[in-house]
Amino acid sequence: MKYLTRTLLGAAVASLMASTANADGHAKTLTIATVNNGDMIRMQKYTDDFTKKTGHKVEWVTLEENVLRQRVTTDITTKGGAFDIMTIGMYETPIWGKNGWLVSLNDLSAEYNADDILPAMRGGLSYEGTMYAAPFYGESSMIMYRSDLMEKAGMEMPEAPTWDFIAKAAAAMTDRGNEINGICLRGKAGWGEGGAFITAMSNSFGARWFDENWNAQFDTKEWADTLNFYKSMMDASGPPGYATNGFNENLSLFQQGKCGMWIDATVAASFVTNPNDSTVADKVGFALAPDTGLGKRSNWLWAWALAIPAGTQKADAAKEFIEWATGTGYIELVAAKEGWANVPPGARTSLYENPEYKKVPFAKMTLDSILSADPTNSTVKPSPYVGIQFAAIPEFAGIATDVSQEFSAAYAGQQTVEEALAKAQALTNDAMEAAGYK
Amino acid sequence: MARAITNERKIINTVAAWGIGLLIFFPILWTILTSFKTEAQAINDPPLFLFFDWTLENYAVVQERSNYGRFLWNSIFIAGGSTLLGVIIAIPAAWSMAFVPSKRTKDILLWMLSTKMLPAVGVLYPIYLLFIQFGLLDSILGLTIVLMLINLPIMVWMLYTYFREIPGEILEAARMDGATLRSEILYVLTPMAIPGIASTLLLNFILAWNEAFWTLNLTAAQAAPLTAFIASYSSPEGLFYAKLSAASTMAILPILILGWFSQKQLVRGLTFGAVK
Amino acid sequence: MATQNSRSAARLMLAPAVILLLGWMLVPLTMTLWFSFRKYLPLRGGDQGWVGFDNYVRFVSSSSFWPSVQTTLIIVGGVLVITVVFGILLALLLDQPMWGQGIVRILVIAPFFVMPTVSALVWKNIFMDPVNGLFAHLWKFFGATPIEWLSQASVQSIIMIVSWQWLPFATLILLTAVQSLDGEQLEASEMDGAKPLQRFGYIILPHLARAITIVVLIQTIFLLSIFAEIFVTTGGAFGTKTLSYLIFQRVLESQNIGLGSAGGIYAVILANIVAIFLMRIVGKNLDA
Repeated sequence: MKYLTRTLLGAAVASLMASTANADGHAKTLTIATVNNGDMIRMQKYTDDFTKKTGHKVEWVTLEENVLRQRVTTDITTKGGAFDIMTIGMYETPIWGKNGWLVSLNDLSAEYNADDILPAMRGGLSYEGTMYAAPFYGESSMIMYRSDLMEKAGMEMPEAPTWDFIAKAAAAMTDRGNEINGICLRGKAGWGEGGAFITAMSNSFGARWFDENWNAQFDTKEWADTLNFYKSMMDASGPPGYATNGFNENLSLFQQGKCGMWIDATVAASFVTNPNDSTVADKVGFALAPDTGLGKRSNWLWAWALAIPAGTQKADAAKEFIEWATGTGYIELVAAKEGWANVPPGARTSLYENPEYKKVPFAKMTLDSILSADPTNSTVKPSPYVGIQFAAIPEFAGIATDVSQEFSAAYAGQQTVEEALAKAQALTNDAMEAAGYK
Repeated sequence: MARAITNERKIINTVAAWGIGLLIFFPILWTILTSFKTEAQAINDPPLFLFFDWTLENYAVVQERSNYGRFLWNSIFIAGGSTLLGVIIAIPAAWSMAFVPSKRTKDILLWMLSTKMLPAVGVLYPIYLLFIQFGLLDSILGLTIVLMLINLPIMVWMLYTYFREIPGEILEAARMDGATLRSEILYVLTPMAIPGIASTLLLNFILAWNEAFWTLNLTAAQAAPLTAFIASYSSPEGLFYAKLSAASTMAILPILILGWFSQKQLVRGLTFGAVK
Repeated sequence: MATQNSRSAARLMLAPAVILLLGWMLVPLTMTLWFSFRKYLPLRGGDQGWVGFDNYVRFVSSSSFWPSVQTTLIIVGGVLVITVVFGILLALLLDQPMWGQGIVRILVIAPFFVMPTVSALVWKNIFMDPVNGLFAHLWKFFGATPIEWLSQASVQSIIMIVSWQWLPFATLILLTAVQSLDGEQLEASEMDGAKPLQRFGYIILPHLARAITIVVLIQTIFLLSIFAEIFVTTGGAFGTKTLSYLIFQRVLESQNIGLGSAGGIYAVILANIVAIFLMRIVGKNLDA
């Protein structure tokens, strides 16, 4: 069968075959899988700079986040070897590192200065002291608000507001007649979308995903409080269809001036203050993500990072690329060409010590948010997992996607908050039992 | 159904049909129009229909970001290759079922169709592992084979229905004249079945062109067709309706034009034996 | 009629297609079947041995299973009803004499050429978005509150998108059948005083039976496995999780190959139930 298929088809289609081999010994061609976020698209534009410096060529595979995840996960778990560098996040890195699927990045050159990487980022991208991915950019989450609307509502945003203040301000800023929604938040199903937001928010309400024995905690009052607070605030002051809004939808609403406040990734600050894309560029203020006075704020920590799958033949060239893309040289290149506000943020200490960068309006708040996020101690009550808006266990992505689908259905009014939580509780415990935690 | 008809009737027919036709076509038309707007105009309220500043900027942006030509070629090669390969295998099979039917012919035909019901995602890992084994990952050859296999049942069935409409006596006569099996198929059967074969080719080319699961999951940089191209525009940051429209237009326009030019052939053959 | 010689030649010619499809079906299916009896978690050390029917039990007892079967059937059924009903009406209309018939036909078949991913993206963003979508503008123009299509009418929205894609196919097949209708018979019945509805019920519909069967059969095959439309629009939320989407979540998001494979086997069983059911009807009508 195998033989027959191959000869038959091989003969027929031989002429159509694309040449995939690259015979050149020195200069290599790297295949890099990445996500279609703005900073990565900008990086593609500057690929020539890398090729000029090293001689290596780069083939980009740019995919939307959900497609990228399924694509690289399939490839790494089967050791497919389709990519030389993958763009992954803080969730995947320690799990894959632990499985031995990634090349250690502890031996990058001295010139690269890995010690300059923000400790929170480096920690999140390491497993047992070995760094397996280098941060291209890092982010926490914070409040972005319209200073003009805040003023109009006769309120003033404190540096570190509470959720109660946010709900009140949202109600005061809402002006349905002019299509202004007091607050825009993620409600879209998916662990990295609405799931990430509500998990980070629940931390500030004292909730946690699991207790010390890996029992699901959705039957607790803290979770009910979180969801009820979220839903009543969004029903009163959120945009229509918020249950389907993710990062991109909210960004576009905010840029059109249709949101009073938006709590989301710190990288968004450079998009909402960019006058080319944003109608409200000069009217945006920043504040720390809200809390409820329990000692934890609702900001998360995330990095998009570059990692090399174990088994690639081109590990050396791949390391050269990582040093180029995540080093200080690239930051300076972008700063020179497009201004400091557009450099990839949140990865390096030196960036925040740079006097030029300090002038960028959101620099300080971004750094403060990142520094206040601690993945190893993210919940009020003790929890057995690492991670703020996720739990760094392999089962989490699957479970949290199911859970966030239930939550989104509750936001849309297809079921009550209680029903959603009961289902979340049952399916989480089921999955944890199946995975052998109990 | 050619019957004498009043002009009044014809006017009503025309208006109704054009109305519905335009309604069905409208989403495509709107996408194409939006691709020529700026991002701000794309979400303007009230929507702008024709009177806006037409711009090609979105196409320039899309082209700068991804090399459209390469995706296009891959799509053409994969869809074309799998269709040609499929028809080479399907013609003999359909011939044998149509002209030398056995008790099991119908069962085989239905079984072939049932292979299409396997949920693709359920066999992703097995297929991926096989592709690694044979070194077919991210190759045009690999995708050609997979898409050929996916569409083979439809091809066999379509061809079978055409072949059945060809009277067997003609083949008998050719055989009497001493035609070999090969020349029978090549010189007698094929010319008669050309409309059927043409529409089979067209339909399968379209199906292969639009296949979005395997083409996305089995490729990386080398063999990625237009379905992968579109996957990098589905949720960019900020306003993106105009860019999405431009990318969408680029992805569907080639096949739309092909379809329109060849719609006579496509329609003529697209019966699956629906007419007896 | 056929000689022994041509019979064996026929078998030989059928062989490549049969062998290829058998391989295409059996190899992955066997592997799926094998995985489905194993605890196979790629992120937790890979294949961890035999677990019997655990995966099968777990997949069915999950609270998502029956709703997903139901959703699958609703979407397939909904699209079939819409495309067949509107397909017949459209075919009858297009068969009437008119000006510019060719162009109208081009307009009507166009959606069939659009990639599912593209059509889902365009519908979701440019039309159904509750703030910037065209429908929202339209609703607001008439003073109504825009519908939140994908969260409040999620299944209906998906049925609508998929129906739009498949209506051209149904229309074309039905149109060829309508065109082969015997005009004289219709005229005779008209003279006999048969009302349009009676003509439709007694002459046109029976004539179309075979074409309808084929539309139903082919579309079912494609609709049972729709994926892109759901992946792009709702991501499986709001009650739009079909069986194939549930399997996708188990395999790719939960990274539980064993469980997902068991789901795959259930999907094959469901597909075969639907197939047998269809073949029963089709078999009569098709006379293949």
